[in-house]
Amino acid sequence: MATGVRMTDATVVSRSRPASAWRRLLRRKLAVFGLVLIAIVVVGAVFAPWIAPYAPEEQHFDGLTIEGAPLPPGGAYPMGTDLLGRDLFSRILFGARTSLIIGVVANGLALLIGTLVGITAGYFQGWIGAGLMRFTDLMMAFPALLLAICLAAIFEPSLWIVAMVIALVNWVQTARVIYTETTSLATRDFIAAERTMGAGTGRILFRHILPHLVPTIIVWGTLGISTTVLLEATLSFLGVGVQPPTPSWGNIIFENQTYFQSAPWLVFIPGAAVLLLALAFNLVGDALRDVLDPTQRGRG
Amino acid sequence: MAAYLARRLIESLLILLGVSFITFFLLYVLPADPVRQIAGRSATPETVQIIREQLGLDQPFIVQYGRYLGGLVQGDLGRSYLQKTEVAELVWSRLPATLLLMVAAIFCELLIGVTLGVVAALSRGRPLDHVVMVGSFVAVSAPQFVVSLLLLYVFAVKLGWFPIGGYGTFAHLVLPALTLGLLGSGWYSRMMRSSMIDVLRQDFVRTARAKGLTRGRVILRHALPNAILPIIAMIGIDIGVFMGGIVVVESVFGWPGIGQLAWQAIQRVDIPIIMGVTLVSATTIVLGNLLADIICPMIDPRIKLR
Amino acid sequence: MKKLLASTALALALTLPAMAQDYVPDPNALSGGNITVTYKDDVATLDPAIGYDWQNWSMIKSLFDSLMDYVPGTTDLRPGLAESYTMTEDGLTYTFKLRPGVLFHNGREMTAEDVKYSLDRVTNPATQSPGAGFFGSIAGFAEAMDGSAKGLSGVTVIDPLTVQIQLSRPDATFLHVMALNFSSVVPKEAVEAAGDDFGKMPVGTGAFSLAEWTIGQRLIFSKNANYWREGVPYLDSVTFEVGQEPVVALLRLQNGEVDLPGDGIPPAKFTEVMADPAQAAEVVEGGQLQTGYITLNVTIPPFDNVAVRKAVNMAINKDRIVQIINGRAVPATQPLPPSMPGYTEGYAGYAYDPEAARAMLAEAGFSDGFETDLYVMNTDPNPRIAQAIQQDLAAIGISANLQSLAQANVIEAGGAGTAPMIWSGGMAWIADFPDPSNFYGPILGCGGAAEGGWNWSKYCNADLDAMAVTADSMADPAQIADRMKMWSDIYMGVMEDAPWVPVFNEQRFTMRSPRMGGDDSLYVDPVSIPVNYDYVYVTE
Repeated sequence: MATGVRMTDATVVSRSRPASAWRRLLRRKLAVFGLVLIAIVVVGAVFAPWIAPYAPEEQHFDGLTIEGAPLPPGGAYPMGTDLLGRDLFSRILFGARTSLIIGVVANGLALLIGTLVGITAGYFQGWIGAGLMRFTDLMMAFPALLLAICLAAIFEPSLWIVAMVIALVNWVQTARVIYTETTSLATRDFIAAERTMGAGTGRILFRHILPHLVPTIIVWGTLGISTTVLLEATLSFLGVGVQPPTPSWGNIIFENQTYFQSAPWLVFIPGAAVLLLALAFNLVGDALRDVLDPTQRGRG
Repeated sequence: MAAYLARRLIESLLILLGVSFITFFLLYVLPADPVRQIAGRSATPETVQIIREQLGLDQPFIVQYGRYLGGLVQGDLGRSYLQKTEVAELVWSRLPATLLLMVAAIFCELLIGVTLGVVAALSRGRPLDHVVMVGSFVAVSAPQFVVSLLLLYVFAVKLGWFPIGGYGTFAHLVLPALTLGLLGSGWYSRMMRSSMIDVLRQDFVRTARAKGLTRGRVILRHALPNAILPIIAMIGIDIGVFMGGIVVVESVFGWPGIGQLAWQAIQRVDIPIIMGVTLVSATTIVLGNLLADIICPMIDPRIKLR
Repeated sequence: MKKLLASTALALALTLPAMAQDYVPDPNALSGGNITVTYKDDVATLDPAIGYDWQNWSMIKSLFDSLMDYVPGTTDLRPGLAESYTMTEDGLTYTFKLRPGVLFHNGREMTAEDVKYSLDRVTNPATQSPGAGFFGSIAGFAEAMDGSAKGLSGVTVIDPLTVQIQLSRPDATFLHVMALNFSSVVPKEAVEAAGDDFGKMPVGTGAFSLAEWTIGQRLIFSKNANYWREGVPYLDSVTFEVGQEPVVALLRLQNGEVDLPGDGIPPAKFTEVMADPAQAAEVVEGGQLQTGYITLNVTIPPFDNVAVRKAVNMAINKDRIVQIINGRAVPATQPLPPSMPGYTEGYAGYAYDPEAARAMLAEAGFSDGFETDLYVMNTDPNPRIAQAIQQDLAAIGISANLQSLAQANVIEAGGAGTAPMIWSGGMAWIADFPDPSNFYGPILGCGGAAEGGWNWSKYCNADLDAMAVTADSMADPAQIADRMKMWSDIYMGVMEDAPWVPVFNEQRFTMRSPRMGGDDSLYVDPVSIPVNYDYVYVTE
């Protein structure tokens, strides 16, 4: 998502004044709502040590019932406790750090690579396009989980490894979709017209084709936040990425999913957090597109 | 067209060769010894060595890979290290279930996703649009396990409309397909919506409207076929996702697909099974994407095959 | 002569406390009916020489028989395909008299040749049996395993109903070995006809035979009408459904579709089930010959220091760990589980005392603690247990990083000796047979400490190894008390060196449908794991 915005900045914003675009953005209620949500998550993540009532990995003796069941929200633990008697609220706050990095950086990187590959392969005829797309096919057909297990065994598990794996695996899908759209766009009349008028390749790609791809990029970028945050949990499970007891929203959901009937707060609270983060970026992304796209002014 | 197909098929073979090489290499460097899994806990180092030699695992990588390819050309996927069964038998007996579920799930995704996407595009900015958008985010953010079990609990256990898991009849297929369809529809509805909005803005749609065609006719005959293009690409991607991992849905619904086979084999480094499953799913994915590339020009004749 | 042989056998048998009493048939048992059993993992094979998984262990026991057997629901030996046996005084020669008229599922009569063939097969390296190592005391084992001899020279057929087994050293556990699945008697012609696919088309002498196998979906066992034991099995057939999530299996049980969830009650459902009296009434609890432990690699500093290992032993709050798994275990004090002969009664182990642990660590020169890695298999509840251990270690200043990995990777790290600490859960030791020696050799003895072995502590105490050899050579039933005392001493010696932290002994909790009958012990059978299908029945 972040990259989607940045690319738009580079291309379209040059025509409109950034300051006024920002003001127009703030005029949209939904966009402001999205910005506020993102701000809350960022603040929560950055200031987690000061906001969190407890250390995220501290297992409280009074955090479990005698039978070993977690406590529901309320009392000393505002969001309840998990299966080890840890405070869920503190874990959600600290988990935001991991999940923000995965959802924004890893996902953004995948989006950037995917868009570049897709647009290049889609626009250029001949062996460049075919070569790139066959490479994409290869990556798609390749068992990503196996790669993850191998990496886990070779490297020390870390957040950056998992970010790398996600970027490595996820760009493929974006590339495929962007490729298909670009091939279609490249044949449209207005592109042909630009070309006959002597426009350079760079100008056509970034001025005319990319803006048409922005909606797709926003869709993939924002939905990708949810899926990558959940994917991170699967990868942690296989030994890549953050290892317990470091929390992430994904692994909180993953650890507790079989308990969703007996301890629903352990699944639905982090689930809602993931959902809201993705939704917030989508609201801002949609609004940005409309604000920045000159043909869209006054609509939507 | 024939030349194009021939070239693409050759390229596909090369891709599969690449996939087999990388996978085999990763399994070779993987720090987990299959012989240890076979020989058991009380085996002496000598026994381990004998088994290693029997399986040819003491050979250098290139020899091992060469032998594997040699078998592959003759249609031999080898035998499982731990089960001793032919890998081909294990994979073929499970592949139909996977393919059936995949086709049914993609059908559900398209039905739900495209419909909602069109509806959202047409009611852009209105409450219905927002409802669809939030719904699509809920779908992609929801953990598979929870959704599968919730649907199973409500529709099979409580209401008794469907069997509680299993395989064989249409009734068995409905819930797993619907679960995957619902979860995956988020992507389709968002893509369809944005693609549709883009198409509706284009000149030829305006022209059609100006020519006096009804709104419904314009949408169905002109806008929809153009907007559906990215969706075709999505299906190609989806095949990859399905072949890569629907273990969770398979095990909740007791669906005998290859996901569970692969998962167990990875846990126990049963290399022949991992290779077999990888190659079969890679073939499906490559063919699926080839199909998508062939279908796109049929829908949008301006795109050329290349 | 024949009579004499039988009476000697009887005399010997009576001195073995393990042979105390045979099974008393259940007077309420009804014949007929079918039950449905579920498992999450697919059945890999039904070949008794290969199968070594949770789900196929008791399936194989129902399809095949060995010379020896156990009284259902107990750990007491009883004769199986052997009607009687004798042992020479030096403990080196066993002569088994086979039961006449026992038929394989293919209708042929079982003979002494089949016994020899089966033992030769399991020790043939081409079979790649994970159980071959159990037969190490039979004469000619080494030659058979390295391929220099064809078959075991120690096994000879005397006549069609008599087989003699010569040992290279006295082995007190030999009769238990003869009761293992790996010792099952298989018919040569069926094995050779099936080749590598024997695991998919098994033929044995057992209470059930395989009627149908749809890969990845279900197996159906049907009653062997010619079964040599009178009156059993009770059930006409057993249907196994595989690939079933344990949570769903429990839902289906509650819905009346499943009779036995093979994987037990999933943790997520445990408190719910126990809170409902109607459901709790169908829950069966049983002990298990299992110990969950942490290995401390004695070759990796600072765990090469016994004081550090003892400090770690004192740092672990076992009660808390048991609470985390909903009380489904009892805290352990020593490697052996309480129901195992040789268990040291009254030994308190290292009591939980973080203060003393910290002091001991400081004395050993680690007042600031140290950093290390704790490996754990990635299936619930193991990462949770490892996190509890991690917190306990942190309390005495040890910072342990978790490495939560797939099973094969943990086993590899353990075998290679690169893992400083491993939580054994998920790969933990469940006894193959109810004898204390089974907990020593591969996991605490010097043999298992070699590269790739299962002794993940890499602990090797030559004195204890020598004691173990002596103990296992005490094959005379009269020496049983001395032998158990010796084993108890060995494990006390192990605890003195503290290469392990014994954490808990798991209790098994399983559930059955209300229509199921038979003694509770059959549902948590310590040997026929998880369920003894031959003796359970349905009441309708």
